[in-house]
Amino acid sequence: MAKDELKTGYRLIGTRPDRPDGLDKVTGRARYGADITAPGMLHAAVVRSPHAHARIIKIDASKALALPGVKAVITRADFPTGLTGEDWNLQENTMAGDVALYDGHAVAAVAATTKLLAQDAALLIEVEYEILPHVTDVDAAMAPGAPAIRPGSADPSVPEGMHPNVIRYIDFGHGDLAAGFAAADLVREATYKTEATHQGYIEPHACLGQMGADGRGEMWVCTQGQWYIRRMSAAVLGIEAANLRVTPSEIGGGFGGKTTIFMEPLSLALSKKAGGRPVKLVMSRSEVFRATGPTASTSMDVKIGMKKDGTITAGQVYFRMQGGAFPGMSPISEALQCAFACYDVPALKHEAVEVLANRPKAAAYRAPGSPMAAFAVESMVDELCRELGLDPIATRLKNAARNGSKSSFGPSYNQIGLVESLEAARAHPNYAAPLGPNQGRGVASGFWMNHGGETSVSLAIGEDGTVGVMVGTPDVGGSRASLALMTAETLGIPYENVRVNIVETGALGVNEPTHGSRATFASGKAAVEAARQAIGEMCRRAAAEWGIDADAVEWKDGAAHPAGPNAGKFPPLTIAEIGASMGSTGGPISGHHESVPGGVGASFGAHVVDVEVDPETGRTTVLRYLVVQDAGRAIHPAYVEGQYQGGAVQGIGWALNEEYVYGTDGRLQNSIFLDYRVPVASDLPMIDTVIVEVPNPGHPYGVRGVGETGITPPLPAMASAIAAATGARLRSLPMSPPKVLAAIRAKGRG
Amino acid sequence: MVEVNLWSGLRRLTDGAQVVSVEGTTLREVLRNLAVTHPALEPTLKSGVSVSLNGVIETNLSTPISAGDEVYLIHRVKGG
Amino acid sequence: MTKIHVSATVNGDPVEYLADPRESLLDCLRDHLGLTGSKEGCGTGDCGACSVQLDGVLVCSCLVLGAEAQGKKIETVEGLSRGETLHPLQRKFIEHAALQCGFCTPGILVAAKALLEQNPDPNESEIRFWLAGNLCRCTGYDKIIRAVQDAAAEMRGAA
Repeated sequence: MAKDELKTGYRLIGTRPDRPDGLDKVTGRARYGADITAPGMLHAAVVRSPHAHARIIKIDASKALALPGVKAVITRADFPTGLTGEDWNLQENTMAGDVALYDGHAVAAVAATTKLLAQDAALLIEVEYEILPHVTDVDAAMAPGAPAIRPGSADPSVPEGMHPNVIRYIDFGHGDLAAGFAAADLVREATYKTEATHQGYIEPHACLGQMGADGRGEMWVCTQGQWYIRRMSAAVLGIEAANLRVTPSEIGGGFGGKTTIFMEPLSLALSKKAGGRPVKLVMSRSEVFRATGPTASTSMDVKIGMKKDGTITAGQVYFRMQGGAFPGMSPISEALQCAFACYDVPALKHEAVEVLANRPKAAAYRAPGSPMAAFAVESMVDELCRELGLDPIATRLKNAARNGSKSSFGPSYNQIGLVESLEAARAHPNYAAPLGPNQGRGVASGFWMNHGGETSVSLAIGEDGTVGVMVGTPDVGGSRASLALMTAETLGIPYENVRVNIVETGALGVNEPTHGSRATFASGKAAVEAARQAIGEMCRRAAAEWGIDADAVEWKDGAAHPAGPNAGKFPPLTIAEIGASMGSTGGPISGHHESVPGGVGASFGAHVVDVEVDPETGRTTVLRYLVVQDAGRAIHPAYVEGQYQGGAVQGIGWALNEEYVYGTDGRLQNSIFLDYRVPVASDLPMIDTVIVEVPNPGHPYGVRGVGETGITPPLPAMASAIAAATGARLRSLPMSPPKVLAAIRAKGRG
Repeated sequence: MVEVNLWSGLRRLTDGAQVVSVEGTTLREVLRNLAVTHPALEPTLKSGVSVSLNGVIETNLSTPISAGDEVYLIHRVKGG
Repeated sequence: MTKIHVSATVNGDPVEYLADPRESLLDCLRDHLGLTGSKEGCGTGDCGACSVQLDGVLVCSCLVLGAEAQGKKIETVEGLSRGETLHPLQRKFIEHAALQCGFCTPGILVAAKALLEQNPDPNESEIRFWLAGNLCRCTGYDKIIRAVQDAAAEMRGAA
């Protein structure tokens, strides 16, 4: 469908009203995970392994339990046995069994009457360890002689002869690779590495859990997905999901890291052991870094062939990704599907292996796998462009994936906006800005497939014609505003007359978390369907009132109208009038929709960055930054821009400074924000944005998810800008000042 | 018959075929018949794959399919 | 451990609390006084989510002991508005979409207010360096800087 075939001229969509939760958030009233208390509440603290890999010989809690005010201590012995598959992995990560698998792995937990007492008691729990050999680097973990972390956990896909820490192998591709490379004028190959990074949400994980001896419980928790918390906690504790009621708090950032459980079941298990008293458990920042879910670290081989005119003739990648000591957490499928997604290439081969290492269980982080893949592939495309003297945007346009072209992972693309994004980037003044000495420009494109997911939304008309919407996707970036806009647009009523509530697990069918850039897409699509259902019912009520056929009633501007002169002459019945009389016209009026929505629109973007590198120190300063991305349709443009800007800055942090630093002892060396350096305000310029709108035909208002793609291009774009500024190509992240300086000096010697 | 495109890694399990023809009028039938005609694929299908139907990921197994539809099996992906 | 009796003023109101000698001012505000607007993002003075003013000086309340507040004047995010009237910074943060998750917002508002008290007309660079101790992971800071600039302009115009 072409852009102009979709309805334009919306009343509300595309406007920028105040977000409904704004007032609570600027006054300090909004309640996050750690902000509530309950009568009789206890506080918990967790004992964590200081070793990267150690057998647990003995746990002695007698001194802790002797402290007055200590109410319960739990170890793995307090959890049910016999779990399998991912449930077992979740339980094993929640609390170590025989072996602690990483620095920070939970070993025991304690509940006491005060926070300080719980912390004191945790220090008194004595754990005897037998230290085992460990490995934390991805390449070292699959080298001969590396300690096998979980022997026997490899699945049948792994080719024979690989190290037992290699647990999954995937491959796919198409075309004649040898012929493709033979047709190229220039073939280059190189290895790229990225370190693990953390989502770095400012709110540490926090929950307040209560569970009785009957296995019935409830929990208040900061999470991207209350049903996931419910299902996973129930599985780990061996209780029925329906008996656990999970209420999401306001969430202080997640970015994928709050889609799973880490310590939440501990509060429930402690509560049960302490006679059902509620237990509050709040992580410290150091616990967040050590024991939640950072990204995979990677080592990636890339080979690309290009003709002198910029045509890419063939590409090949082999990615090695470690996602901690647990299977399933390295985003190898995602990384491979994203690797060449922006290109239409006749011959491609993708291979990847998932590797275990003594690190925490990785979790999703904004477009999981895509930033790393882009760092490797987009950097190499830039290297080829530079060597052949080609414009990086023109080259990308020459090879760009377009509507209907076969994707690098197989299926044909629907309506996509990569070409439009690249063209808008090329037309932007930033792309023509003059550059001075030690300055350079980098370009990269990015992709995320986006996701639909299980979705259930209800909507109810109030007695005054205002509308409550119940959704199950926690609001991480303004989705209550975008959902209210779409609902109000559909119903033809003011934005202010719609209140969107994020509800607990007892109030709706199962919803997947806010992940995969799906909240505005999927909950939005369902809210529009629910509103249409309510409109249908309101038209029927009006028809009954007027004594005409329901088909002869149409809905516009928030009221039922007779559809044309033949339907009869009746004054419109407004939503307020219908709401006021619903008790005598058939009862409450609501709408409901549940589905796993199809029609997810793929997301593409292009970034342009200018940097200046200080040749004396290796420090990189971002001079200007441009994000161009296809939003399909921007429902609330300010929060679309916010996603673009926030994603780009997370990517800049990943490129320049952020990394997990492990010592030779296998311990995390930088578990506070002073040492894990996320971008601060003075590191950055304004982040320019261009919202491209190629409407997604799979959504009633054309929405495609916008949350994730923005983190992807910064990694290669920054590397290419630094290469342009210094002549030195860095193939290992982060590009911190010492590494940049060393690269500049090595080039000088070479 | 519906043509199902496999990812190339699955050719090991289908005697080298990357496109296999399968009977079926819904996604469910196609996947079931695929496991029957190519039993070596069953563990992969059980462990979870994503299906792209005419360029869009389709999760509803009751979705009707007819000859000429573009069907791809791809590795299952998660979101952030 | 014996607790210490502390008398102080919070947002103009007299308060009293019993502080464990190890408790931070942030703990006392949140756990003893029910003022949960100030947030703990790190506990090590790196993120600024707990920013308050102590006798007019901008501090990380996680780095101040609760007992140190004896006799002092504390201003938190809860004291920014006057009745129903929001502080211009609060209004401009909503208007400019300068918050997403909102967790860092209380600390940034308090820090920005402290800036504008001593420099009513800061340039972009001055705002960025003043707020360098307040981490925001959602916005990339762009809209925060614009909101502070706009609030400052309005406050200068109103003065």
